Amino acid sequence: MRTFDYERATSPAAAAARVAGTPGARFIAGGTNLLDLMKLEIETPAHLVDISRLAGLDRIEETPEGGLRIGALVRNSDLAADRRVRRDYAVLARALLAGASGQLRNKATTAGNLLQRTRCPYFYDGNQPCNKRMAGSGCAAIGGFSRNHAVVGASEVCIATHPSDMAVAMRLLDAIVETVRADGSTHAIPVATLLTLPGDTPHVEHGLEPGELITAVTLPPPIGGTHVYRKVRDRSSYAFALIAVGMVVQEDGSGRVALGGVAPRPWRVEDADALLPRGARATVEALLTGAKTTSENAFKLPLVERTLVSALAEVRP
Amino acid sequence: MRHSLALTVNGQDHALELDTRTTLLDALREHLHLTGAKKGCDHGQCGACTVIVEGRRINSCLTLAVMHDGDAITTIEGLGAPGDLHPMQAAFIKHDGYQCGYCTPGQICSAVAALDEIRADMPSHVSPDLDAPATFSGEEIRERMSGNLCRCGAYSNIVDAITDAAEERV
Ligand SMILES: Cc1cc2nc3c(=O)[nH]c(=O)nc-3n(C[C@H](O)[C@H](O)[C@H](O)COP(=O)(O)OP(=O)(O)OC[C@H]3O[C@@H](n4cnc5c(N)ncnc54)[C@H](O)[C@@H]3O)c2cc1C
Ligand code: SF4
Repeated sequence: MRTFDYERATSPAAAAARVAGTPGARFIAGGTNLLDLMKLEIETPAHLVDISRLAGLDRIEETPEGGLRIGALVRNSDLAADRRVRRDYAVLARALLAGASGQLRNKATTAGNLLQRTRCPYFYDGNQPCNKRMAGSGCAAIGGFSRNHAVVGASEVCIATHPSDMAVAMRLLDAIVETVRADGSTHAIPVATLLTLPGDTPHVEHGLEPGELITAVTLPPPIGGTHVYRKVRDRSSYAFALIAVGMVVQEDGSGRVALGGVAPRPWRVEDADALLPRGARATVEALLTGAKTTSENAFKLPLVERTLVSALAEVRP
Repeated sequence: MRHSLALTVNGQDHALELDTRTTLLDALREHLHLTGAKKGCDHGQCGACTVIVEGRRINSCLTLAVMHDGDAITTIEGLGAPGDLHPMQAAFIKHDGYQCGYCTPGQICSAVAALDEIRADMPSHVSPDLDAPATFSGEEIRERMSGNLCRCGAYSNIVDAITDAAEERV
């Protein structure tokens, strides 16, 4: 690991200003992704601003509109155990519980989970070309081992997926990220647009400004319905998704659906939601329009459809 | 770059001055000479480094010691000692919940905290009904312990040990 300076943040605005004004500075929250990458020298921050003890950001509060405001530092395990989340936003609790392990969920934070980086094996291997790790160096996954790579939303220079389970549920629930910038101003960004598609710049993964700190994620009022999160993986626990389906279906058959494991960000196509009453085939066709597969990840297309068939059977017995 | 910090480990206070890069695991093993917690993968994938910090199990390899200034930590050495074993330690011996023993300290710390999580009504991936209180079962234990790998494959005996310890505590 490269050497770095360390300090504990004193307030959200001060933390934002500190990271914006210090070359090579980064926030660290749970550290479960950043530290992992620092050990491999894929991330090499010169300065860490530890936000993990910032007061007040570890609370889950009800909003005046009837939704929930989840502090950026709420642990994944606490969020999944919250009675309101279990009752009103079950797809979020299920997605969280399908991710990582008990130990990791005790550390992983809401904001850190959203901003976790890809698990593309070439991104992790400093000896391989990777446009995300080193802009312009090439992409070893294209033409290489690409079993777990994206089938939609990717580009000619990067086909990595975003690995988060939680983010799929947040996208499905139309969550909004609240931030504070170095100048003290506050902003609201839908999770739908927080994470960007790779295009020509796969090293850019979100639209946050340098030093822009996520302070909370807000959920709109509960939408009712039956909540399902189906994660398909190589072993039944403690593995990243090959594909995942998050879904909320109402009694009249209408609903919404988002996918994980198929794209550089949680994948939702609002037009596809309207097709849910017509069944899995029509919905998946709309969700995965223009899909581009490799010989190794083509299995994801039928797998998404079959998983949706099975999830729909569960909610409409 | 160095930083000073204080840790309370197994009830004992320690003042340390460490390189900022020192993980909590390395602080425990290399600086406090508590070698129970093991370094397996060093990337949060195997669970051999599991310790209990402020009442919660975490991977001590994936966190910096400086981030834990002022925290209370329990390692396998603090759970119990020969002659005064923690019920979970005794259950692992009774059920032969290991072969080589390398993953065992992490397994035991994880198991103790996992039972506390059930008692604290934290659900898991296999909990059938999120509205119902979290309950104990063999399936729950297998899911909740999935962050602790055992390359000897002593899993069935580990589940027996944890089940035994859980029954003793209710
Ligand atoms: C073995 C293993 C298995 C895993 N399995 C899964 C899985 O199955 N599913 C899944 O979804 N995840 C999985 N994970 C990933 C895990 O969920 C993430 O590592 C975790 O959520 C990251 O949160 P953190 O708080 O530790 O982030 P950190 O590592 O602290 O931070 C991650 C990034 O976010 C930035 N950041 C953190 N907080 C803020 C903030 N408030 N504002 C702005 N920027 C911020 C940091 O600067 C850093 O760039 C796994 C991880 C491991 C190690
Ligand atoms: S898919 Fe993206 S992350 Fe993976 S090697 Fe190619 S450029 Fe790098």
